[in-house]
Amino acid sequence: MLKLRMTIAMSGCLALGPLAAQEAPPPAPLDVPQVATPGAPAGQDAPPLEVDVTGGISAPMPIAIPYMPTPAVQSTPAGSTDDLGRQLAEIVTADLKNSGLFTPLQPGQLRAVVFPEVTAPAYDYWGGTGAQALVQGFVRSNGDGTLTVGCYLYDVFSKIELARQGFVVQPSDWRRAAHKCADTVYTRLTGEGPYFDSRIVYVSETGPKNKRIKRLAIMDQDGANHRFLTNGQSIVLTPRFAPNQQSIVYMSYVGDQPAIYVYDLASGRQRKVVQGVSLTFAPRFSPDGRSILFSMAQNGNTDLYRVSAQGGSPQRLTNSPGIDTGGSYSPDGSRIVFESDRGGSQQLYVMNADGSNQRRISFGGGRYGTPVWSPRGDLVAFTRIQGGFKIGIMSPDGGGEKLLTDAWGDEGPSWSPNGRVLTFLRSAQGSGRSQVWSVDLTGVNERRIGTPLDGSDPSWGPVRP
Amino acid sequence: MANRTAALMMGVALIAVAGCAKKRPPVLPPAPGESTTAPGTGGEGSGQVGNGALPGSAADFKRTVRSDTVNFALDSYDIDPEARAILDTQAQWLTQYPNVRVTIEGHCDERGTREYNLALGDRRANSAKNYLVARGIDAGRITTISYGKERPLAVGSDEGAYAQNRRAVTVVIS
Repeated sequence: MLKLRMTIAMSGCLALGPLAAQEAPPPAPLDVPQVATPGAPAGQDAPPLEVDVTGGISAPMPIAIPYMPTPAVQSTPAGSTDDLGRQLAEIVTADLKNSGLFTPLQPGQLRAVVFPEVTAPAYDYWGGTGAQALVQGFVRSNGDGTLTVGCYLYDVFSKIELARQGFVVQPSDWRRAAHKCADTVYTRLTGEGPYFDSRIVYVSETGPKNKRIKRLAIMDQDGANHRFLTNGQSIVLTPRFAPNQQSIVYMSYVGDQPAIYVYDLASGRQRKVVQGVSLTFAPRFSPDGRSILFSMAQNGNTDLYRVSAQGGSPQRLTNSPGIDTGGSYSPDGSRIVFESDRGGSQQLYVMNADGSNQRRISFGGGRYGTPVWSPRGDLVAFTRIQGGFKIGIMSPDGGGEKLLTDAWGDEGPSWSPNGRVLTFLRSAQGSGRSQVWSVDLTGVNERRIGTPLDGSDPSWGPVRP
Repeated sequence: MANRTAALMMGVALIAVAGCAKKRPPVLPPAPGESTTAPGTGGEGSGQVGNGALPGSAADFKRTVRSDTVNFALDSYDIDPEARAILDTQAQWLTQYPNVRVTIEGHCDERGTREYNLALGDRRANSAKNYLVARGIDAGRITTISYGKERPLAVGSDEGAYAQNRRAVTVVIS
């Protein structure tokens, strides 16, 4: 059971933080003297090595991530350790490249790093490659069946170590060690929060437009470890992670009674959240995971409600004769952004979590829907309908609106856990086929996230513990 | 369990009857269900109606009413004169077979966002339902379901397709 292994991993097998003294550069490669303080600022005469993340137009940072050596080639359930070392470097490379903030050199074209060299970089060689930063690491198979992956970040010009982390993982979780390493590099050099070790739940689609088969599916943020959660017999829509990532709330047409359900990832069981025959939809967890915000339609009128994640009787939050839906909590849980057509067309509104103080925030023309509050709290992303469907952002008071995409059918943004990237669905005119895409909050680095079939309604989960 | 078995056998019987319908000409036994237990079906209960379908059946409904579908303007759930004319014939038929239950499906075109369209489809289904209720049909006989933009009728991305997809469809369920 994947879940069981995950639980074990959380309770210690995925050891984070600087390599502890006793297992520091675990087989301390040649007793290289440890570099003073990981993350020490660069010397006074060298400018600090950092990536500008604000403009999105400055040149990405050249970085080298050579294959990671192993102290002893051993076979593991995930493959041999030398092969894993190559793949780990390639995953770190792909993560950093996909962020749009780095231009990694091709790992295969770089110097073959030997194990003792991991903590003693050949700075002169790396200086000659044009790389400003260097990521070295190693992979080792432990006697207890786990793997240790070491990850070291160096400033090539200042010739100092900037960060080091060690990860002890089950072989089945080996890719997570690479994502954690990439997160270490990314956070140290950009000052942004991590997001590579995270998952996306979405709706996998196949079949003709008028009879689309839709299945819940989950995958790593880079598309790996893909698996289907439902079999496609019922239409499923709008899955969203619980903050603890142990369950997903979504909408299903099972039994021709469209309603919201909570799907437990460990057991694969699902339960209906609100009893009764009313149409319930547009669910989203509160930041503390205790409540589910959702919409319920009764006699043609849709309002927002809140219900305990355990079930029970819902509390009504809006009471307008219009359509009130698409609710999303602010990260502190104190406010809710939602959409309503009470004023005549679909627009964005903000209110307090108890439903008080409702006011409109979108005034740009056209219609606005699917608002979602940034995990940083400072922005709301949405779909704007004017001509096509476009993804945009604005502050929660309605200021600073900016459109990030310009396609025929972009819809339903979801924030990366660090609030710097949005994933959304892009559908094609005519065929209606849709795929999962992402874009930076600066509006650059638009790219497709690969899925085995078509995909829609992506929802980005938190960084894994 | 016994009930379920009985119900199952009834189902089998129904299918058998339906299966025979094509081959064996005029005189069919009355359909179990409607014709024997429904007092309202009156004199028409014991045989085919003019259109060749079992009276009170889904096929009969589709052949008798002007249409099973009403259409809507963009982002609207108003019942226009054309829709009224259609729903009037549906109400007439439902009055004739008072034991028949229906589901009204609400649908939208693809130019709305997914969740908004679920709410809009619900509005459309309820508009049609409310009209039928105003025409004297018991609300308890009508359930609604919204499909939003999930089940388009026309698959194009043009105005003609959109107009067809903005609809409420009445489906006989028993």
